[in-house]
Amino acid sequence: MVGRLMLPISWAQLCGAGLWIALAIPPLRAAAEADMSLHMLVQIPLLMLAGWLVVGRTPAPRWYRTADYGGWAGTLVAIFTTSYWMVPWVLDAALLDVRFELLKFFGLPLLVGLPLRWSWPRLSCVGRGFVITNMLSMTAFVGWLYIAAPVRVCVYYLVDQQTTAGKLLLVATILASLLFFLRCLFGGAAAARVDAAERQGRTAFEG
Amino acid sequence: MQDRVTPLAAVVLAAVLAAGTAAFAVTTDGFTVYTTEGARRASVERDPRPMPDITLEDQNGRILDLDDLRGRIVLTEFIYTRCATICSELGQAFAQTAKELHGPLARGDLMLLSISFDPAYDTPAALSDYAARHGADGTHWRVVRPRNTEDLAALLDRFGVVVIPNDLGGYEHNAAVQLIDRDGRLARVVDYTPVDAVVAEVKPWLDG
Repeated sequence: MVGRLMLPISWAQLCGAGLWIALAIPPLRAAAEADMSLHMLVQIPLLMLAGWLVVGRTPAPRWYRTADYGGWAGTLVAIFTTSYWMVPWVLDAALLDVRFELLKFFGLPLLVGLPLRWSWPRLSCVGRGFVITNMLSMTAFVGWLYIAAPVRVCVYYLVDQQTTAGKLLLVATILASLLFFLRCLFGGAAAARVDAAERQGRTAFEG
Repeated sequence: MQDRVTPLAAVVLAAVLAAGTAAFAVTTDGFTVYTTEGARRASVERDPRPMPDITLEDQNGRILDLDDLRGRIVLTEFIYTRCATICSELGQAFAQTAKELHGPLARGDLMLLSISFDPAYDTPAALSDYAARHGADGTHWRVVRPRNTEDLAALLDRFGVVVIPNDLGGYEHNAAVQLIDRDGRLARVVDYTPVDAVVAEVKPWLDG
């Protein structure tokens, strides 16, 4: 409690900032980028997470909420940004060109983590399901492509690493799909309670 | 509980969709280019690249000036002679291409060049061995190496070929057949197989 009183930001936000900086430390950055799987499945998701954590409980400013109808504008920005980083040559370019590396280190936290933090809770249930299923199928497709492609898609990574990355993408998709499915099966009642509580809270707040 | 759709929100949503799609279209060159190799091929076709001003050494120790190759079509492949897998495929495909195009080769309208990116190991003796394995005659098909590391770097850079060491002490690289036009410019990059497709790509460039 004392810590919370003294700090203008939360511990989670501090962790997010720490993570962001840690990922940028040259030896860690080099290690994460030396392997295609680490690059795609660890560094890139962690950068998104860093942005999400840094935003913390800071509420979206008024202009953001006005512009972001139903959470869609922010979610779309996040979707486009993640799709962009699934293009193999962009992954290559991040290794070669410092401008792309900067784009990655600022783009992923600020254009994926931040908008998801602010827009995701505003998205309707159907909207969330739509986005999740689309991301799952896209990730599975990229994973399958990396395994089945007759060519090396990245010139800076060995073909073995590409196959491994593809397999791990598929594993990640299967695990995420299972979680999503279980949530759909058993999470209904809990989600309804949360929704009801949120509605109540909001009404009380707005009233 | 849902927000109201304001005109501003609608405009923002449309703008995000348009900007996102446009950015993706630019990134993928109109939804066609997804890999660095794809980008290289598109770039070469759009803007043929002049060859760097360097000389190469062939399997017989003779010096070859890239400038002297002007006036004919040259097909190039990048290799290293220790390579057991893809390079021997590349060598076989090149040998097959040579057989199919023996007419233009014999006329001197076409030349094949296998370029080693491992000049430290690939001495003229090693190049000569590779040439013998694949049937490179040293006149119409020459196996060459850059004469120093600066030349090698310049060559790989201009061709857009990236060589990375693998775990087995060898290398992986973007393997392809590169066509150099009569003005000495890298003008096309195509897959080295199927050979029919390579031949079909080359024929329109040749005389007669």
